Amino acid sequence: MAKGRPIRWHIAVFLAPAVLVYSAIMILPLFSTLNLSLFTRTEGGTAFVGLDNFRTLFGDPRWSAAFWNALGNNLWFFAVHMLVQNPIGILLAALLSSPRLRFSAFYRTAIFIPTILSFVVVGFIWKLILSPLWGIAPNMLDMVGLKSLFAPWLGKEEYALTTLALISVWQFVGIPMMLIYAALLSIPDDIIEAAEMDGITGWSQFWRIKLPLILPAIGIISILTFVGNFNAFDLIYVSQGALAGPNFATDILGTFLYRTFFGFQLQLGDPHMGAAIATAMFAIILVGVCIYLFLIQTRLRRYQF
Amino acid sequence: MSQPRQSPARSIAAHTVLILWTLIALFPVFVTVVNSFKSKRAIFTQPLALPGPDSFDLVGYQTVANQGDFVAYFQNSLVVTCLSLFFVLLFGAMAAFALSEYRFRGNTLMGLYLALGIMIPIRLGTVAILQMMVATGLVNTLTALVLVYTAQGLPLAVFILSEFMRNVSDDLKNAGRIDGLSEYRIFFRLVLPLVRPAMATVAVFTMIPIWNDLWFPLILAPSESTKTITLGSQVFLGQFVSNWNAVLAALSLAILPVLVLYLIFSRQLIRGITAGAVK
Repeated sequence: MAKGRPIRWHIAVFLAPAVLVYSAIMILPLFSTLNLSLFTRTEGGTAFVGLDNFRTLFGDPRWSAAFWNALGNNLWFFAVHMLVQNPIGILLAALLSSPRLRFSAFYRTAIFIPTILSFVVVGFIWKLILSPLWGIAPNMLDMVGLKSLFAPWLGKEEYALTTLALISVWQFVGIPMMLIYAALLSIPDDIIEAAEMDGITGWSQFWRIKLPLILPAIGIISILTFVGNFNAFDLIYVSQGALAGPNFATDILGTFLYRTFFGFQLQLGDPHMGAAIATAMFAIILVGVCIYLFLIQTRLRRYQF
Repeated sequence: MSQPRQSPARSIAAHTVLILWTLIALFPVFVTVVNSFKSKRAIFTQPLALPGPDSFDLVGYQTVANQGDFVAYFQNSLVVTCLSLFFVLLFGAMAAFALSEYRFRGNTLMGLYLALGIMIPIRLGTVAILQMMVATGLVNTLTALVLVYTAQGLPLAVFILSEFMRNVSDDLKNAGRIDGLSEYRIFFRLVLPLVRPAMATVAVFTMIPIWNDLWFPLILAPSESTKTITLGSQVFLGQFVSNWNAVLAALSLAILPVLVLYLIFSRQLIRGITAGAVK
């Protein structure tokens, strides 16, 4: 760039609105939330307490039990997604991408429908279907002779969280399906032809040729699932309420954060403890994203063409 | 033809699995919509039957029309979604143009700064956002929601749009410059029309989470006059939880507009996902 060039104001004009809104509404509050977690409310105002809020959150039995419970539930919620949602998504994508499959546009469109619905709708629909009052789920199990398996899953401590995770899987399986489908379509034809020349077809072609090539896409859906799950709130709130019943069995970090900072029923909201929970969530998500960026993505790049 | 021969057995198996999952995906929606048109007795005695002449009943829809203020909620959602979408697309495209078109110091850094928001959810800043909105008196206004959703949508919009703008031919822009067009005219007259397909994709991606969001309406704008349709139906469903006709009717009303829009734009959406992922 030559010296003495006039300042190119248009660059600033183009950037300013986005940067201002983004900084003011997203970045600044994020950091002031991190900052808030270092203070506490006193009689006259607020006082700096350093890391005391975190000591309370991780150590004080009244808080730590709830926090570790929420974190554990959240990990299970994520595990169910990784073990059920992503394999089903990959399977559906592999089937959809098979050559000369008829009606594939129809399947794609139909399977993606739950993803566009709101959590409110999804949570309530499943609540109704699984309700023992209405009897759709027990009746359908009865038709295949499995009625004895039915239980009011959302009301039982041991099943509720898994049931909700599966409902969320039902809703979002379209996303991994689409991303993997796109990745499968982008594999060059000559690679597939070369594999066929060597007699590698069908499922062994999928496992040995295609799967390694779509690993980057699997990495992306994993990190998207991770961020989405550790930030989830709506589904649990809609179907189980802010108390994440039964007996906090479905409490995850999002609902715990909401209850703590916004308050519920008789408990008053505490912005500073809320900020501490948000900071913990921020740290968890940051660690996950860093693992993805620095460990997984750099290694996967070797497979790309 | 180098296409592998699909054996009939294999293709039947593929169709079986896909049909099975399609049924699983559609069944809950189907049951809800079908039963919303039935009388209370028919809902319970024959939940899987289509509404017939003796079971057809619109009592649920009547309750919704009389009790809930769904028209106002719907309007609020529409205003919030459209305004946020407009700002995300305008500001996002402008920033994407600056990042992809000009070389200046800090370009990459600015790109990374804006991309941060793709991975870090805005919800984590909610405590401070609420305090800020209280301090500026924006609590319980739609403005608060528009601001938050604009900030939430920008990172992905900038990212996707700058990918697309890199592909706009330089010759075209330079021809415009030689003709004496200002940089602003080049952006609005030449570049924007060319990235319209990408804008449509970004629009769909931005719109769905905004329309469906429950968190920010619940925290920033829960008052009766600013409820969005998502929050409004959540509250309504909570109140009428034992009135099955009303609940099913409200759910169907919440599903149908989104479903119709989706069926119109599904090709655009799917093309967007496929094109974005190929990169």
